[in-house]
Amino acid sequence: MATPYIGVPVQRREDLRFLTGAGNYTDDLTLPGQTHAVFVRSPHAHARIRSVKTAAAARAPGVVGIFTGEDVAAARINGLPCGWLIHGTDGQPMKEPAHPILAQGKVRHAGDPVAVVIAESLAQARDAAERVEVDYDLLPSVVDSVEALKPGAPLVHDDVAANRCYTWAIGDKAATDAAFASAAHVTTLEFQNNRLIPNPIEPRAVNATYSRADDSYTLHVSNQNPHVERLLMCAFVLGLPEHKVRVVAPDVGGGFGSKIYLYAEDVVLTWASKKVNRPIKWTAERSESFLTDAHGRDHHTRAQLALDRDGRFLALRVDTKANMGAYLSTFASAVPTILYATLLAGQYATPHIHCEVTAVFTNTAPVDAYRGAGRPEATYVVERIVEAAAREMKIDPAALRRRNFIRSFPYQTPVALLYDTGDYEATLDRAIEMADVAGFPARRAEAARRGKLRGLGYACYIEACGIAPSSVAGSLGARAGLFEAGEVRVHPTGKVTVFTGSHAHGQGHETTFAQVVADRLGISMDDVEIVHGDTSKVLFGMGTYGSRSLAVGGTAIVKALDKVVAKGRKIAAHLLEAAESDIEFADGQFRVAGTDRSKAFAEIALTAYVPHNFPHDKLEPGLNENAFYDPSNFTFPAGTYVCEVEVDPETGIVRIERFVAVDDFGNIINPMIVEGQVHGGLVQGLGQAMNECGIYDSGSGQLTTGTFLDYCMPRADDMPSFQVDTRSTPCTHNPLGVKGCGEAGAIGSPPALMNAITDALGVADFAMPATPQRVWATLQQAQRKQAA
Amino acid sequence: MYAFRYQTASSAADAASRLAAHEDAKLLAGGQTMIASMKLRLASPSDLIDLAGAADLRGITVDARGVTLGAMSRHAEVARSAEVQKALPVLAKLAGGIGDRMVRNMGTMGGSVANNDPAADYPAAVLGLNATVTTTTRSIAADDFFLGMYETALQPGEIITSISFPIPKRAAYMKFKNPASRYAMVGVLVAQLADGSVRVAVTGAGPVVFRVAAMEKALEASFTPAAVASIKVPADGLNADIHAQADYRAHLITVMAKRAVEAALA
Ligand SMILES: Cc1cc2nc3c(=O)[nH]c(=O)nc-3n(C[C@H](O)[C@H](O)[C@H](O)COP(=O)(O)OP(=O)(O)OC[C@H]3O[C@@H](n4cnc5c(N)ncnc54)[C@H](O)[C@@H]3O)c2cc1C
Repeated sequence: MATPYIGVPVQRREDLRFLTGAGNYTDDLTLPGQTHAVFVRSPHAHARIRSVKTAAAARAPGVVGIFTGEDVAAARINGLPCGWLIHGTDGQPMKEPAHPILAQGKVRHAGDPVAVVIAESLAQARDAAERVEVDYDLLPSVVDSVEALKPGAPLVHDDVAANRCYTWAIGDKAATDAAFASAAHVTTLEFQNNRLIPNPIEPRAVNATYSRADDSYTLHVSNQNPHVERLLMCAFVLGLPEHKVRVVAPDVGGGFGSKIYLYAEDVVLTWASKKVNRPIKWTAERSESFLTDAHGRDHHTRAQLALDRDGRFLALRVDTKANMGAYLSTFASAVPTILYATLLAGQYATPHIHCEVTAVFTNTAPVDAYRGAGRPEATYVVERIVEAAAREMKIDPAALRRRNFIRSFPYQTPVALLYDTGDYEATLDRAIEMADVAGFPARRAEAARRGKLRGLGYACYIEACGIAPSSVAGSLGARAGLFEAGEVRVHPTGKVTVFTGSHAHGQGHETTFAQVVADRLGISMDDVEIVHGDTSKVLFGMGTYGSRSLAVGGTAIVKALDKVVAKGRKIAAHLLEAAESDIEFADGQFRVAGTDRSKAFAEIALTAYVPHNFPHDKLEPGLNENAFYDPSNFTFPAGTYVCEVEVDPETGIVRIERFVAVDDFGNIINPMIVEGQVHGGLVQGLGQAMNECGIYDSGSGQLTTGTFLDYCMPRADDMPSFQVDTRSTPCTHNPLGVKGCGEAGAIGSPPALMNAITDALGVADFAMPATPQRVWATLQQAQRKQAA
Repeated sequence: MYAFRYQTASSAADAASRLAAHEDAKLLAGGQTMIASMKLRLASPSDLIDLAGAADLRGITVDARGVTLGAMSRHAEVARSAEVQKALPVLAKLAGGIGDRMVRNMGTMGGSVANNDPAADYPAAVLGLNATVTTTTRSIAADDFFLGMYETALQPGEIITSISFPIPKRAAYMKFKNPASRYAMVGVLVAQLADGSVRVAVTGAGPVVFRVAAMEKALEASFTPAAVASIKVPADGLNADIHAQADYRAHLITVMAKRAVEAALA
């Protein structure tokens, strides 16, 4: 009998291959006849293209093909689609200007692709690309969403007035206004949620090939959801028959959201591979990643919280300008709406919430979902303003939160979501205990004696994961359902191959999913293989994002396993000559209830493929089942983070002294992997709050932070040793009781850190990232104010 | 990267003659700057002359007068040299704080000084410790060597062979790292030399490493942190970028100088 696997910190089976260089990434693949592509990109933020001359480049050694926007237009290739249709407060659909795969007429951000040069070698492609002459008419550019809305701002798309993609709203405005009118206290804050540049270790990479033998295409691509990539590319852009296109996303070295989307390069290479009848490879250089991977966040927000005399929340009012960049990326329109404003209740029973969001085009790289996607922005607004209100009203921030916690479930928020379960008090209590909040005043006094400023901050976050119940998603504008598919193929020897539509790019699915399967079937994990990332193997998939893999993809597998067991019982009943209803399945044995007569799982599997005298009207040979799972609701991971910092007022350096994370992820399959996900998320969130900021120059529209010399990624020595724990309320609507853990760290940590820093600095308002210069300048300003 | 011819030099003289033979030839030391600029196609030498095989450019010698480092001394070698740690700990520490492990294993003192990046660490040591730069043709005093941003007194074809650092009475280097690049955003080396004179050399803050006369004077009168704590350096002409405005850099010079004095006395 196999040991139980659920809840056990099994080591990640994929790590051996990753750590020993045995991984198989897109760029590792070199096909017979391989050619290489280099994209000619706009050096300007905004310009009209007068001409693109390719004759000199075409004569360069080794050139196999050159294609421009004109070729793309002539081939009637569509622009890239956006997957989510938002309707504005005016009832109109959002503006969806064309997003050509090679620029046509205009370039709209630095890095916009203008032409592709394909050559025998990468060096030859580079040399030739330098000979492509593009004549530009420079136009003024705008990079900031607030500036872009102002009258007279340059228009990114000639036909989108005021650069406004949509203005959308959620919640009851009249009720919110009325609640504000009766408030005893109103806290107002303005926020900037800084633009982030994802930077997975593996840059985007594509290898596209066409086969004349059967008129089919194969696209290897570093991507988080190969089926969606194929669907979008075939159905909406290239008009190719889906069964003639195979998309493979092999080992992928990180994504964080940036590899969900269908990118121009993927489509250009797929199309061109037939044109040149050769496989074409492109791997982004790091500078290209900076310029062209979809960025994250970039919100300007004004928020107001109304409270009564006792600190009870009456209403929350939020106005956000969200920067979309130059074009709508695949999920872009959903991020600042559905994934953001619906989370503004947080953990609190705020009766009235109204949020208005204006999405704005600018001359910058497209902005889309990035680890957390909308939920970090919402949590930042809620948790910063709650902490600020507590300080203004001189109420302990933890007590103020407690006073407003949601305590009975299910709970319908005023912003569309229905929380199924949770226990916010439990995570808060445990976090306070682990962080030794009681000892903080003494630590602060001790730091003060050394001339240092110490601060403590909380964040009680909630997120909606398990994206997404199709009914809800559809009613909110999704153009596709967001279910997941799984298939369990039992081999004659009882070994099992599982095909999942979820995609793993660091999350450890090959381990976690195998634990679930082995545990359910009562077999050894060594007998389970998890396969993902290939449209020719996996029946379908919506891919990995929004912390959905286990809650949605895992559940699809569980449903398929249930079917396998159901069929196994039929086979066992036949073999044991018992009634099907008398067969029990436990610990890998099919047993006639109340007897010692049983058949092991492997025996049943063998029988399925070597059947004798099966009653063919009731029982088919074989043991292979698939299932699709569409969740009935989101899952709602939640928790409390407590951060303690020390600021050196002389230099502005912030040190994170303690960081406590207590999360409720529901049931936990592999606590070690969960802890790893939390650590990674925390570093990403703290990186945003401490260091990272994508900056475009407001004059030239150039990306100032285009290399690691200027874009500051968090390093290990920026981080403290995290203290993490969990408290669980199992999800009520999936069989595993799981909620998802991939994004929590990135969602809860920025406000916790910023609340700690503002506490240390004694200011209410301080924007991310907390770089030494900005901390120092804020202290200088506070001193000047005091002096005046 | 563009195509180029790769050559290896067996000695400094050999390197010099190879360098003279091609107008667009360049030296390759640790390659930590050179290779990156070639990959970005910002540099396109016809010939790259690798100094790694030139034995006369290597070696660390320590005697009563000071420490002499061959130009090809890798940062990691200097950092872990027991002799340097003993005779001139400030230099071992400075070299150990450059970049990351890979950069320190490849990057060289000669390459760093010849390159004269405004945010590099070594220039602060050369100027602050009053070192002498020896080249294939002459000796150059530190005060005459660093001319401007990426600009030095080196003539075309001239190769740094070694640098000699006299032993100071006491010295320390304080580096405020740029949070992103980890180069010096402001680095201050304070040294009280054998003759009692004091040097305060600042890197990272301006277009080129420079000395702060007011601080040197104050420290000659009293080598204490308090002596520099209130000396402000004008922000005019200092570097300003997204990481630090000029006034912040000016402020950090004072803080780092004060902390360097504290460290030198410790
Ligand atoms: C990620 C990273 C981080 C870094 N961090 C830091 C840091 O924190 N502090 C810091 O100071 N530096 C830093 N550096 C720079 C590093 O210290 C290298 O020393 C520096 O790039 C130059 O040294 P090199 O030996 O690599 O020279 P190369 O790159 O080989 O050459 C640099 C230039 O000097 C010329 N040259 C080389 N040797 C000689 C010689 N003997 N005589 C005349 N000319 C010569 C070359 O022709 C070339 O023009 C960093 C570099 C990287 C890549």
